[in-house]
Order: sequence, then C-alpha cells, then structure tokens
Amino acid sequence: MSSKTKDTLFDPVFKNNPIALQILGICSALAVTSSLSVSLVMCAALTAVCAFANLFVSLVRNHIPGSIRIIVQMTIIASLVIVVDQILQAFSYQISKTLSVFVGLIITNCIVMGRAEAFAMKNPPLPSFIDGIGNGLGYSFILIVLAVIRELFGSGKLLGYEIFVTVNNGGWYVPNGMMLLPPIAFFLIGLIIWAIRQKHKDQVEEPEFKMAKNSAPAEVA
Amino acid sequence: MEQYLSLFVRAVFIENMALAFFLGMCTFLAISKKVQAALGLGIAVIVVLTITVPVNYLIYSGLLAEGALAWTGIPGAESIDLSFLGLLSYIGVIAAIVQIMEMVLDKYMPALYNALGVFLPLITVNCAIMGASLFMVERDYDFGESVVFGLGSGVGWALAIVALAGIREKMKYSDVPDGLRGLGITFITVGLMSLGFMSFGGIDL
Repeated sequence: MSSKTKDTLFDPVFKNNPIALQILGICSALAVTSSLSVSLVMCAALTAVCAFANLFVSLVRNHIPGSIRIIVQMTIIASLVIVVDQILQAFSYQISKTLSVFVGLIITNCIVMGRAEAFAMKNPPLPSFIDGIGNGLGYSFILIVLAVIRELFGSGKLLGYEIFVTVNNGGWYVPNGMMLLPPIAFFLIGLIIWAIRQKHKDQVEEPEFKMAKNSAPAEVA
Repeated sequence: MEQYLSLFVRAVFIENMALAFFLGMCTFLAISKKVQAALGLGIAVIVVLTITVPVNYLIYSGLLAEGALAWTGIPGAESIDLSFLGLLSYIGVIAAIVQIMEMVLDKYMPALYNALGVFLPLITVNCAIMGASLFMVERDYDFGESVVFGLGSGVGWALAIVALAGIREKMKYSDVPDGLRGLGITFITVGLMSLGFMSFGGIDL
C-alpha cells in the first residue's frame, strides 16, 4: 500500500477524526451507542454508505452542474441508504427495529455529505472510495469506544456476554444505570476529545479571551 | 385538545430533539457561540419543522403507505406499497420546502430573510428536521398530531440551542484546561443540560 493511500485511509481515525475534530455526524453517533452490537451495525452501515457515496459521486463528478450538485449528492446518498435499510430489514429485522429512525438519518449525516462535497468532487474514484472507508472508520472508532464503555459499565455485558457478573445474578458488580442514559454519551465524547487533544497538541483551540497577567486591582496605598 | 397539549409538552421537554435524541447536533454545536445567531437558527428550525412534518405526513399517507394509492381507482392500486421510497421523498420535500421558503422570505420579508441568512440552506441537512418526519411515520401520528409534534420539537430544539448559546457566551471568559477548551467543554455542558432536561421525564399530562 503506498503511503498516500495509507494516509487517506488512517488519517481520519486519529489525526483528523470527523467526530472529534470536525464535529460532523454526531447526531446518530450518540443515540445508538448504548449497546455494542447495535453500534457495530450502525458503523458498518455508515462506512458502506460513505464509501459508496464517495465512489459514485466521484464517478459522475465531471458531469454534475455546480448549481445542482447538492441535490445530486443527496439523491445518491438517499438511494444508498434505502438499499442499506432494505438489507437490514431483510436480514436482521430485530436490529433494524432497534436502530429505528437512525438508519434513515444516515442521509443527513454530515460526514457522508461533507466527504462527498469536500473530497469526492475533486478526486478520482479509487482515492475517494478509500477516503470514504477511512472516514467511516474514524466514525466507527469513536462509536465503538463509546459503546464498549457504556454497555460494559451500564449492564456488565459485551455483545450480550456477561463480563462483569451483576448483583442480580449473584455476582459482585452493581450496574451503573446512568451509563445507559443519554447524558453520559455527551460526557464521554467530551473526555475522548480531551484525550485526543492531549496527544495531538495542534488540535487545541485558541482561547477567545486571554487572562491578563496580573489583573487583580492594586492595593490602594 | 388535551392529547395535543400532552404531545406538545412531551416534544418540547421530555423527548427534546437535541438533548434526548442527539438530533441536529452538528449545527447545534457549530452555531451556538452567540445567542443572536442561535435564536435566528432556532426560529428557522421551528418554522421549517412545523411545515415539513405535516407535508411529509400528507405525502406518506396519500402516496407512499401501503394501499394509499387506492384513491386513484387504478385496479390493483390497493396493494402497492411504496414506503421504501420514504427516505428519498422526505429529503426531497425538505429540500424543496427550504428552497421555497427562502424565495418567499426574500420576496415578502426581506428583513427576516437577511436575519436568517446562511442558516436556511443549512437546515436541509439538519438531522432534527429529517428525524421528526421519520418519528412521525414510525409513531403513526395523524395530521393534527403531526402539526403539533412538528411545532413542539422545533420549539424544544430552539430552546436547547438558545440556552446552550447563553452558557457558551459566559463560558468563553472562564479558564478551561487546554485540551478541553472549545468543543470538549461544550459537550460536557450539553451533557449537564441533558441531565437537567431528564428531570422533566416524570411529567405526564
């Protein structure tokens, strides 16, 4: 694999993570993370849609008039999401019920739209496809980390297997119900961003206001 | 009447689009630095939601749902189920309505149009709008309910973004640890707000 391809594929995971740095696609990221299996399906769905949307947009990029490009991209994305939705309903109906509206919301997921507009409109099909997969992976990374933490501490299970034996089943672990509620997802994602920015210092945002060095009022003599 | 009131309260507080379902998060975080801008976007979202949810209801119940085409009188139309086209048509409807609203506002209410400015086109890709239409289909609301639900979820979203913008305006003067500054602390603030909104959970009208 050439180093450029590798960069396109792995940059979005840590260095330029779509969720943590670009604040894209958070909408669906948080709601589905209370169980790991559901998150994995969501990740697979988003990565597939993002990769193929990039591929197809890139294929027709020279034939789209600039003024209607958003509509064209939207139609391509919506059709792909319909395909994914139908596949899910056919093969794993239970999970598709749990995901409910969030599969449909992949259409309005800013990652897919953003990559189609920012990368696929300017690059040939193959790199675009890889960029789609890369951004899908970046999204999946955050989702999986969140889901593992939430499911493990919230119900003591991972993918339905008991890791910590809970008190109700005669074990020692008291499940933290808070982990399954929506607010915790916000806290966790805030902390993940903090961790990533500790490592990549260049991502730290400039403060809007600087504290003056010695702003305490001088003592009146 | 009572059921509408209860639905409205539920959509605004208990099932708040932004804080309980994480919908419209991208714009929620990006445009919440100033109260003024947040208010403009909030109003635009209320208007668009109140229009799109009922329109999508009409499209769904009149064209897409199973057997909905029976009114055409074409033999066999009762068994046509076009609901798989739902996603494509909702997003089309939303994009079209936003475009039309932009033109109408530009012509008749230029002041409001200038105030909303860049936010109107942004709304097309706001998940809250799409999400409300999908929830409407999933929960089988009728026409009246879908109007109330659209309005309620719009008001809830606007309330959340204006509140967050208020907090962020104050927060820029505080001394936040380096890595947490900006996005990180905003997420934690939203988490705390979301906790606050959860206390509405017990309300049942």
